[in-house]
Amino acid sequence: MDYAATNLACRRGDRTVLAGLSFSVAAGKALILRGANGSGKTTLLRCLAGLTPPVAGSLSFAADDVAYAAHDNGLKAQLRVAETIEFWASIYGATDTAPAVDAFTLSPLMTRHVAALSAGQKRRLSLSRLLLTGRPLWALDEPTVSLDSATVTKFADAVRAHLAQGRAAIIATHIDLGLDAADVLDVSGFKPSVADAQDPFLDGAFT
Amino acid sequence: MIALLRRDLVLAVRAGGGFGLGLAFFLILCVLVPFGVGPEPALLGRIAPGVLWVGALLACLLSLDRIFQLDFEDGTLDLLATSPLPLEAVASVKAFAHWLTTGLPLVLAAAPLGLLLNLPGAAMPWLVAGLALGTPALSVIGTFGAALTVGLKRGGLLISLLVLPLYMPTLLFGAEAARRGAEGLSPTTPLLLMAGLTAGCIAVMPFATAAALRMNLR
Repeated sequence: MDYAATNLACRRGDRTVLAGLSFSVAAGKALILRGANGSGKTTLLRCLAGLTPPVAGSLSFAADDVAYAAHDNGLKAQLRVAETIEFWASIYGATDTAPAVDAFTLSPLMTRHVAALSAGQKRRLSLSRLLLTGRPLWALDEPTVSLDSATVTKFADAVRAHLAQGRAAIIATHIDLGLDAADVLDVSGFKPSVADAQDPFLDGAFT
Repeated sequence: MIALLRRDLVLAVRAGGGFGLGLAFFLILCVLVPFGVGPEPALLGRIAPGVLWVGALLACLLSLDRIFQLDFEDGTLDLLATSPLPLEAVASVKAFAHWLTTGLPLVLAAAPLGLLLNLPGAAMPWLVAGLALGTPALSVIGTFGAALTVGLKRGGLLISLLVLPLYMPTLLFGAEAARRGAEGLSPTTPLLLMAGLTAGCIAVMPFATAAALRMNLR
């Protein structure tokens, strides 16, 4: 299955950030998003995840196909690592947490509180959620922030394993993950040429 | 949904969760009022239903801005919004968790604190029944207010302004039921009206809350 967007326009807050953007990711492929800060990578990923409905254009997949990992880790300092993993597993109805724990070598950390983890360990825990979702398209926003090089390699392995199952990933990143099956899309070329709508607050709020 | 409820309760009870904040405020208020009013048990007994209801309402307000704010700040709300749970379910669970950690303790503490305020014995069961029926409405309405202000830093003041007018009917019916109980009249009419109000809020508010969240996450 291809994951395609056609003539997409996305909005962040009251500003249209991207317009006329089209791409297609084949199953087993990854799409790397590039572009300067503020060029709309996060906006595009939030749009794909269904957080901000597109202003124009269409997507060939539903928001329920997308596993979104944001800049923020979305972790609770008061919970233990094991509790965090169990929580997301039951939200997504995943029965087997072992692959997620193994992929990011979390087993030595299971009894620790999230507050006692380093930045990189928190990132690993946050990324492990992706494997619990069971969703076919990963939309990742700077996933390698604060990871050391060995963990980046592990992360790239996890992405490769995901792609090898005939699934896909869209990753905003500035480093080279060494993925073979990756296309690159520079989002800075898709600036909108039209003015923003008059009432962006209510526009589309009830659709 | 149960996982989310359990997580919210665990977070509320663990360090920094704010469990007991509302209850402590309620206790302090009800302990201080007799000192402020002076040694007049009869007067105290007459104002006790109103004091208890206002105290419960303010205690409820105190913890509202935590309902979504913390989840919003650390990115959890984005992840919950993209999870298989519908946002309406998230809103209901959050309101229920808020009631369990704030409303229910108030209901349980109301009877002993009523004694402290010289609340007439005949009013006691109706005060507790009124709080039990009314506090769920306070939680669901408050959750809606919290969803409207979720993107704002320190939106507590705005929540109070938005939510207080919506709290008025519950306060009126609740205090009226307790007053009627104290005077030996039948309190069923205000109690039934309040029960209806609460049922309506529980049915409608999660949808409004989810719409407000969607708007604020965009």
